[in-house]
Amino acid sequence: MSSKQTALWNKTKTFLLKNTMIIALVLVYLFFIIKSQGRMFLPQNVNNLIMQNSYVVIIAVGMLLCILTGGNIDLSVGATVCLVGAICGVLMVNLNMNPYLTMVICLLAGLAIGLWQGFWIAYVRVPPFIVTLAGMLLFRGLAQAILGGLTISGFPDSFLSIFNNYVNIPALDSGAIHYSAIIFGVICCVIFAVATIFSNISKKRKGYTVENRLSMYSKLVVICAIVMVLMYKLSLYKGIPYILLWLIGIVSIYAYITAKTTFGRHFYALGGNEKATKLSGINTNRIYFSAYVNVSFLSGLAALVVAARFTSANPAAGTNYELDAIGACFIGGASAYGGIGTVSGAVIGAVLMGVLNLGMNIIGVDSNFQKVVKGLVLLAAVIFDVVSKRKAIKAAA
Amino acid sequence: MSDNILEMRHITKEFPGVKALDDVSLSVRRGEIHAVVGENGAGKSTLMNVLSGIYPHGSFDGEIYYNGAPCCFMKIRDSEDLGIVIIHQELALVPYLSIAENMFLGNERGSSINIDWDETYAKADELLKVVGLRDSSHTLIKDIGVGKQQLVEIAKALSKNVKLLILDEPTASLNESDSKKLLDLLKEFQKKGVTSIMISHKLNEIAYVADRITIIRDGMVIETLDMSEGNVDEARIIRGMVGREITNRFPAREHHVQDEVVLEVDHWSVHHEQYSDRTVVDDVSFDIKKGEVVGIAGLMGAGRTELAMSIFGKSYGSSVHGTLKIHGKEVVLNNERDAISHGLAYVTEDRKGNGLILSNPIRVNTTLARLDKISNHEVIDLDKEYNMAVSMKDLLGIKCSSVEQLVGNLSGGNQQKVLLAKWMFAEPDILLLDEPTRGIDVGAKYEIYCIINDLVSQGKSVVMISSEMPEVLGMCDRIYVMSEGRMVGEMDAVHATQERIMSSILSVNKGA
Repeated sequence: MSSKQTALWNKTKTFLLKNTMIIALVLVYLFFIIKSQGRMFLPQNVNNLIMQNSYVVIIAVGMLLCILTGGNIDLSVGATVCLVGAICGVLMVNLNMNPYLTMVICLLAGLAIGLWQGFWIAYVRVPPFIVTLAGMLLFRGLAQAILGGLTISGFPDSFLSIFNNYVNIPALDSGAIHYSAIIFGVICCVIFAVATIFSNISKKRKGYTVENRLSMYSKLVVICAIVMVLMYKLSLYKGIPYILLWLIGIVSIYAYITAKTTFGRHFYALGGNEKATKLSGINTNRIYFSAYVNVSFLSGLAALVVAARFTSANPAAGTNYELDAIGACFIGGASAYGGIGTVSGAVIGAVLMGVLNLGMNIIGVDSNFQKVVKGLVLLAAVIFDVVSKRKAIKAAA
Repeated sequence: MSDNILEMRHITKEFPGVKALDDVSLSVRRGEIHAVVGENGAGKSTLMNVLSGIYPHGSFDGEIYYNGAPCCFMKIRDSEDLGIVIIHQELALVPYLSIAENMFLGNERGSSINIDWDETYAKADELLKVVGLRDSSHTLIKDIGVGKQQLVEIAKALSKNVKLLILDEPTASLNESDSKKLLDLLKEFQKKGVTSIMISHKLNEIAYVADRITIIRDGMVIETLDMSEGNVDEARIIRGMVGREITNRFPAREHHVQDEVVLEVDHWSVHHEQYSDRTVVDDVSFDIKKGEVVGIAGLMGAGRTELAMSIFGKSYGSSVHGTLKIHGKEVVLNNERDAISHGLAYVTEDRKGNGLILSNPIRVNTTLARLDKISNHEVIDLDKEYNMAVSMKDLLGIKCSSVEQLVGNLSGGNQQKVLLAKWMFAEPDILLLDEPTRGIDVGAKYEIYCIINDLVSQGKSVVMISSEMPEVLGMCDRIYVMSEGRMVGEMDAVHATQERIMSSILSVNKGA
């Protein structure tokens, strides 16, 4: 092989390694599209993919913060979803409370659960596994007690519409194609392109090193293409679901926090080396505390999404959600030892899990066997993490 | 007379970049107590690890003859089967298991699927009696003191039918009476035909028990002295331990010391973090002037790290007492953040464990202590961070592909420079450097010395904790000596010699 070819091969290899999960996602999606003779790619199914996985994405973002602090997980998120959903049902349906006020109370309830667990974990140093295992029983039990084992349904429309409706601008969306989705997609792409180019220009002006132009533009084109295809599919169905806007908002906020703020940097440092972080003058207790406060708060929000989607609060809500969220983070490249992982990775992991679920349902895989597949995918992702890390250590030695 | 139980011939052991043992030969006579002395890092422990099979046969050059037969130990078990047992300085006992369980750990009585507990406890009690320990063998290790734990280790060695007992600083954490008991026990064993090799720093103890002494320095055997010949005194041993020439290993030093005292520590005491009844720093006072490099010499375990860390926002220890004055003003630093904002920096001796995040790039490590410098309202300016990291990298001459390289992939010397870069980025006035050149090669050491000189020429002050005496002598303006938690000496670098430092360390051991 000539040196030019070797260089090219090395570049390709790093590209593949950096984007393994995106490539895996695309391949799995293509596989199901072919297997289902295109049904997987019907506008309705694209829409379902978003609707069905919204709660996983929200919880996974919070779970990522916990995992970053050192591979710690929160087992209580499913129970939290159930409890907050129960509170929501009782207040809104049984007591006829104002929906908006109820929502605020529910979010505060999630926050309170986070304060409770965070306190024990961060300041008393009870292992997170134990605290959240206890929480899992505690909150599930409380929820079932509140609901008396029954399902509450009949949420007011004013509540349901916040999460379940679609963007509908009469001038644009009265026809078969909901143009608002396409316009929204174009706006997103333009903003993204302008932001990329501007940051590049400002970097150049300040004399910083800039990314390779080819890779920058190809990335831009690929992302914009994906966004436009997604929006086109949605426009053929009912337009942009509100829940997508919620997701974009939450994911952007947390992606920004983890990537660009000192607060976010502290999570990575803590997971990488707790002692070094402490000696750098960072309050490590507070980082643990905020991780668990955040994940419970986001679980509270997910509870509202779930209640709205199922239009009911039931005692079995949220079962196994913790596993979906943890799986999403690890599949998305978070390290089981902490300190490594991104919000976008967790989102990709959640979507990959969602694609697996939806795809296997569409092509009619036996539901028992579905669990086997998901288990194997999760194991494979973590093995990949462990092995690649061992290789990196060997290469360094 | 020449009945040697053990002969080690021409042992050479190399670690990447360091020759830990250089053609070392050691012969031990049957039935003697043989002391091995030398400075920290001289290679004593490495030699014992070679002997006990921790470094397997083939990872070093040279031969080992035991009872006249050549040995190729691949693992510790191999040497233990022949009756060679090593007791490490750090005791290897499991705190929540009983004495008996610990004694027979890995060597259980009965069969592997059916442990005979009755025999275990009976045998353990019997052996405890031999070492003079009156506690029941059912007692948990965590409930007995360090002195007794040391005896349990010896009883454990006896259970393995020991012929050659190796003790690595057995009395380092013992008080006077426990030490005496232990040494008497060794003499008892000697009568029963057990040969011992003892590594120690305490010359009075060596004089008490040893028949012969081997002095090791810089991985080489200097000489072996026979105590019975009567011409062996402490001065001779000390000269042997430290007597190396200081050549051009240090950059030329200029005097930058100004009159202003920047840090004053007064009657500072610290207790052990876990065992709060143990005093690790005992009523220590010292001060440092602007532009000064102050060395704190001493042996490992003298309490120097504990002193530095407790000053740095009480990051070590329980019940920290004493007063701290920075720029003449008394301050109380309750956490690391406080310490940093008062212009202190603590550069740890354990760069991998306490200093760096190995899985993160150089850039992230460089800025971690002062993220506020590169951020605006908690939002990090990543471009600025990158540039700052690059300029620190260039300033310290860190060799790397880019500042995005993971710190875990750097060499020890470069990692140490990243650690220094991190704390220089924090812009402290006073740097507490804990073993700043440990485990790095001579070239990198020289560069770090230059960095230290640059720092003091800018009016910073440096406290340098080091176990390498030439380094302390070559780099410092003033030298404190610490031993067993106390300050036992202070001298100007001009008047200091290795002999003076060593004898102030040893004088305390003798007096205690």
